[in-house]
Amino acid sequence: MLLSLTIICLVAGAILAGVNMYTLEPIAASKAAALQNAIQQVVLEFDNNPTEQAYKAVTSEGDSLIIYPATKNGKFVGAAVESNTKKGFGGEIKVIVGFDPEGKLLNYSVLQHTETPGLGSKMQEWFRTDKNKQSIIGRSMTNGNLSVTKDGGDVDAITAATISSRAFLDAVNRAYSAYKGGADGTSGATSKTQTEEGGEK
Amino acid sequence: MSNFKILMNGIIRENPTFVLLLGMCPTLGTTSSALNGMSMGLATMFVLICSNIVISALKNLIPDMVRIPAYIVVIATFVTVVQMCMEAFIPALYASLGLFIPLIVVNCIVLGRAEAFAAKNGIIPSAFDGLGIGLGFTMALTLLGAIREMLGTGKFFGFSFMPEEYGSLIFVLAPGAFIALGYLIAIVNKLRKA
Repeated sequence: MLLSLTIICLVAGAILAGVNMYTLEPIAASKAAALQNAIQQVVLEFDNNPTEQAYKAVTSEGDSLIIYPATKNGKFVGAAVESNTKKGFGGEIKVIVGFDPEGKLLNYSVLQHTETPGLGSKMQEWFRTDKNKQSIIGRSMTNGNLSVTKDGGDVDAITAATISSRAFLDAVNRAYSAYKGGADGTSGATSKTQTEEGGEK
Repeated sequence: MSNFKILMNGIIRENPTFVLLLGMCPTLGTTSSALNGMSMGLATMFVLICSNIVISALKNLIPDMVRIPAYIVVIATFVTVVQMCMEAFIPALYASLGLFIPLIVVNCIVLGRAEAFAAKNGIIPSAFDGLGIGLGFTMALTLLGAIREMLGTGKFFGFSFMPEEYGSLIFVLAPGAFIALGYLIAIVNKLRKA
């Protein structure tokens, strides 16, 4: 009885180890490719490798986000910030936001979310649609945080998904606060710690 | 019972979703679109066939007292294999189904077929039973997913055939799953009686 169960477990373990070895590389590669794609989407043209030069920067709330700096011919052209928020309607929202050196929002991409399908899940398109005050692309973040019109801001929230919209803008604001803290190395309050290569997911 | 009969048994007479009403959690949870439903069905079918084959091959080696843990180990192994392969080769699908794949382990269809069929029959009939039940499950999930997607977003397998504004959002959300499934089961019952 004990023997047969042990043998079954051993065989199962061996199979899983084999499959794990076989799929480890493709999984890592597809994750890296997805990240690289997202970075390319949100910043201007660059010729360095942002994932290798990634560093962590502290937000105004005290936690840290990963920043991927983009340079062209050695000149800083902006950065992609991987940001998150726990204020979503369905849980954590992860976004990547690109800023130029002047603090203008270049583009964004939603990496992961669990918002209601058909409502909050529209954020990937909603905030880039050039209609009324929906779009946040090209807005300058130097004038302060973005917020929805319901909260006195100037961004139109997704219809029937104000909580998701607030959460999304929170993630964007957090990204900028980390970017501002990390990008101009003049403010001594932030720490520039080099992340180990591929150490952070 | 011929292999063909076993196959059709799983698809029609003992359809896991519409007749046995098993595996309702993935049925309701993953069918927000036809593609999601179909992928979930195919993943479950793969696990079903493999676990049925292995369990029927091992049925004389596994003592009765430890058969349930042994079955679960076999099923969990195949589910993990599916999960790893999906994450490696179709990451987009994994992103939309990821949460539900590990739940195939506790899908009562899989353990139910192991206990009710594979443990009593030979390897070949067990494989056909897995295929039949798997196909029945896949078809049911695809149908339910397609109906919810069409009514909810006006798309069919991602192809738009009417403006999204005409769709009624409730069918994409959880209540719509219950409504659509209820009507489907009623229709199937009616057809079965006729």
